[in-house]
Amino acid sequence: MSFLSSVYAYLYYFAAFVLIAGLIAKIVQYARTPAPLKIPTTPAPTTRSGVAFRITREVVFFESLFRGNKWIWIFGWMFHFGLFLVTLRHLRYFVDPVPAPLQFIQPFGVYGGIAMVIGLAGLWARRLLVDRVRYITSLSDHLILGLLVAIGLSGLMMRFVLHTDVVRVKEFFQGLYVGQINQLPADPFLLLHLFLVAALMIIFPYSKLLHMPGLFFSPTRNQVDNPREKRHIAPWAQRMEQEQEAQ
Amino acid sequence: MAKADFQVPELKQYAEIPTIEPGVMAHSAPFKSKEEFQGALGFPGTLVDDWQPKAIAKMGDLLSRYRSLRVYMDSCVKCGSCTDKCHYYLGTKDPKNMPVGRQDLMRKVYRRYFTLAGRFFPKLVGAEDFTEEVLDDWYSYFHQCSQCRRCSVFCPYGIDTAEISMAAREIMDSIGVGQKYCNEIIGKVYKIGNNLGLPGPALADTLEGLEEDVFDDTGVEVKYPLDQEGAEILLVTPSADFFAEPHVDGLIGYGKVFHEAGVSWTLSTHASEAANFGMFIGSYENMRRVAMRIREAAIKLKVKRIVFGECGHAWRVAYSFLNTLAGPWDFLDPRYPVPQHICEFTYGLIQEGKLRFDKTQNDDMVLTYHDSCNVARASRMGDRPGGQFDIPRAIIRATCNHFYDMDEETIRDRTFCCGGGGGLLTDDLMEIRVKGAQPRVEALNNVMQEKGVTHMAAICAICKSQFTKVLPYYGMEMDQIVSVHQLVSNALVLTGQADDDEEDTVEDEAA
Ligand code: HEM
Ligand code: HEM
Ligand code: SF4
Ligand code: SF4
Repeated sequence: MSFLSSVYAYLYYFAAFVLIAGLIAKIVQYARTPAPLKIPTTPAPTTRSGVAFRITREVVFFESLFRGNKWIWIFGWMFHFGLFLVTLRHLRYFVDPVPAPLQFIQPFGVYGGIAMVIGLAGLWARRLLVDRVRYITSLSDHLILGLLVAIGLSGLMMRFVLHTDVVRVKEFFQGLYVGQINQLPADPFLLLHLFLVAALMIIFPYSKLLHMPGLFFSPTRNQVDNPREKRHIAPWAQRMEQEQEAQ
Repeated sequence: MAKADFQVPELKQYAEIPTIEPGVMAHSAPFKSKEEFQGALGFPGTLVDDWQPKAIAKMGDLLSRYRSLRVYMDSCVKCGSCTDKCHYYLGTKDPKNMPVGRQDLMRKVYRRYFTLAGRFFPKLVGAEDFTEEVLDDWYSYFHQCSQCRRCSVFCPYGIDTAEISMAAREIMDSIGVGQKYCNEIIGKVYKIGNNLGLPGPALADTLEGLEEDVFDDTGVEVKYPLDQEGAEILLVTPSADFFAEPHVDGLIGYGKVFHEAGVSWTLSTHASEAANFGMFIGSYENMRRVAMRIREAAIKLKVKRIVFGECGHAWRVAYSFLNTLAGPWDFLDPRYPVPQHICEFTYGLIQEGKLRFDKTQNDDMVLTYHDSCNVARASRMGDRPGGQFDIPRAIIRATCNHFYDMDEETIRDRTFCCGGGGGLLTDDLMEIRVKGAQPRVEALNNVMQEKGVTHMAAICAICKSQFTKVLPYYGMEMDQIVSVHQLVSNALVLTGQADDDEEDTVEDEAA
C-alpha cells in the first residue's frame, strides 16, 4: 500500500461524504421549503401522472431547452447523453459481478465519452462567441466546463493512448467499500482523472450542478394544474390565516 | 404619431436578436412610493437605517417560505436559453433585461450571503455585496419586468423570473423602498374598493348610463345591477371596465350575455376590482387582503357563483390563487368552477346554442388576437390544458367573419407581453413600456401588412390600456385594440331586439 493510494482513498471517502451529505441536505431543504401558491407554467398537466410525464420529457429530452434554443440543445443534450453512457460504462468499477446489460453497453460508453467532450466544446464555444452568453458567464462557469473537459480527455487518453490497469482500479474501489486500501496504479492520467473527479464530487452540492435536483423541485414544472378543484395552502399561510382570524 | 423623447424601436419584417448594450436602461426607474402610501400596506415609509442587514434577513425569510425562489437561485446553469426571450431585452438591448441578467441581480447577493462558494470565493462565482448601487439596480431592473413568465417557458428548469422580481419587490418594500404606482393603487382598493378609486355612487351612475345606452341601441332593457343581494352571479371585473374605451364596451357585452342567459347577476362596490396588485409587489399578505374583499362581497350578496371579467393578471390571481387566498368556496354552487372566466361563461352558452350572432356587425374589422401573458402562461380556461388559447379564439370566430392569428412564435404560450404588465402601467415608465411593446407590435404590424388585419382583440385591462397608449408611438391608431366582449356585444342579437330584421337573420344563416 503506497502513500499515494492512501491519499486517494481518503480523498474519495471525503468526496463521497461531501457529495452525499451535501446533496441530501439540499434535497431535504428543497423538499421542506413550501411552495405557497400554484404556479405551474401553463398549459400544464391536470393530473399527477401528467406531471410525471412532463418532468420525464424535461429530463430525457430537455424539452423546454429544445423550444428555446436549438444550438444549446444539440450540444447540451450530446454532453449529457454522453455523460449518461459514460456513467453506465463506469459502473463496472463499482459493481461485481458486472451484469450483462452493463457489459453490453461498454463500447457505447466510449462513444459517449467522445460525444461528451464534443458537446462540452460546443457549449464552451457558445460562452465565448455569443455576446449574450458571454455576458452572463462568470469564471466558475468556465472552470466547471474546463473540469469536465479535463476529466473527459484524461479518460479518453487512458482508453486510447496510455492504458491503465482497469482490473486494479476496480480492486481499489471495491476495497474502499470494506475499508481496505488496495494499490492504485500510479499512472499519471489515472491520477489526474481521479483527482478531478473527486473535485467534481466535492463542488457538486455547492455549485450550479444543483440544477440536477433543482429540476425535480421546480414548481413551474412539477405542479398539477388544478387550483380550482383543490385548495392548495402552505403551512405558514395557514398559520397566518388563523392569526388574522383570531384578531 | 405620439412624440417620444427616446428612440422608438423600429419594426422589422423578421424578428432580430439585438447585440447587447450594457446599461442603456439603468436610468429607467418608477417614482418611489411616499410614506403615506407605504403605511397602509404595512411597509416602512422611507429607506430604513440598517437597510442592508434587514434586506438580507428578509431574503432569508423568503428563501425559507418560497420553494420557487430557493430552487431558482441555485439551479441556473447560465445556459443562455432565456437570454433572447424577454420583450424588454428585445426592445431595449440592455443585458440586465435578459431574464438571467435580471435574476443575477438577486443571485449575486444570494450567493454572497447564503452560499459557501460566494462567502469564500465571491469573485469566482460572481457574488457581490448588497451595496447601494446594487439596490439602485434592483429598483430599476426589477421594475422592468412585467412578470409575464415568457422566460419560464424556455428555461430547462422552468426558472420563472417573475417569482424573483416579486421577491425582490417584497424585499425592497420591507426596507421602505416601494413603488408609488402599485402601492398607491393597493391603498385605494383598501379605502374605496377599486384601483381607480371610483366610489359607489359613481359606479351606480355609470351603470345606469350603460343601461340607457344599450336600451337606445337595441330597444331591450338590459340591466347592469350593482350590490343586488340574492343575485345568482357576482361579476368581478377590472375597474377600467367602468369607464375607459375599449374596456367599457366589454362590460356592455358581459351584461348582454348575462341577459340572454337569463341569469341574475350583480357587481359589487366592495369588490369593484378584479385586479390584485398585491401579486405585483410579491406580497402574499396584501394579495390576500385584496382577495378577501371578493369573499366578503360574495357572502354579503349571497351569490351562488363568481365570474371574472376580462383581465389577465386578475385572472391569474383568480384562477390560480383565489382558492388558496380566500377559499374554501364551499358556500357557492358546486356545479360551477370557482371562479369562472366570462369567456368560459359565454363559450358555454355558444356551445349550447343559446346565443345568436350577426357576424356582419363586425365586418368593418379584420381581427387578430393577443394572448395576454398571465392568461396564457399562468392560468387556464375550460377543462383542458390550452383552453385559455382556444376558448377566446372560438368566441372571436363565432362573432367575426375575419380573423387571422399572428406568427406562431408570438402567440399562445409563446405570446409576448404587451409591455405594460406587472405594475409598469404608469406614465413614469413610458420609455420601457414603448420599447417593451416592440416584439408584440412587430408581429401585429406583420399581420396588418400580410393579411390586412385592422384590429387586435384582447382580454386584459392592462393590455388594452397599454396598447391604447403605445400603438400611436408606432404610427398606429389607439382604437385598434378592442375587447373580446366588445365583439360579442356588437354581434349578439338580443331576444326582442328592435333592429332584429329579416335581412340580418337570412344572412346569418347563409354564413
Ligand atoms: C437529471 C439530470 C440532469 C439534467 C436533466 C440536466 C440538464 C441540463 C440542462 C438542460 C442543461 C442546459 C444545457 C446545457 O448547457 O447543456 C445543463 C447544463 C449543464 N449540466 Fe446538466 N443535467 C443533469 C445532470 C447533470 C450532471 C450529473 C452533471 C455533472 C457532471 C451536469 C453538468 C452540467 C453542466 C456543467 C452544465 C452547464 C454547461 C455549460 O456550461 O454550458 N448535469 N444540464
Ligand atoms: C471514481 C470515479 C471514476 C473512475 C474510477 C474512473 C476511471 C476511469 C478509467 C479507469 C478509465 C479508463 C477506461 C479504459 O481504459 O477503458 C476512464 C475513462 C473515462 N472516464 Fe472515468 N472514472 C471515474 C469517473 C468519471 C466521471 C465522473 C467522468 C465524467 C464526468 C468520467 C469520464 C471518463 C471518460 C469520458 C473516459 C473515456 C471513455 C471511457 O473509457 O469510458 N470518469 N475512467
Ligand atoms: S417574466 Fe417576462 S418581463 Fe420578466 S424577465 Fe421573464 S420574460 Fe422578461
Ligand atoms: S434558461 Fe434558465 S438555466 Fe438557462 S440561463 Fe436562463 S434562467 Fe439560467
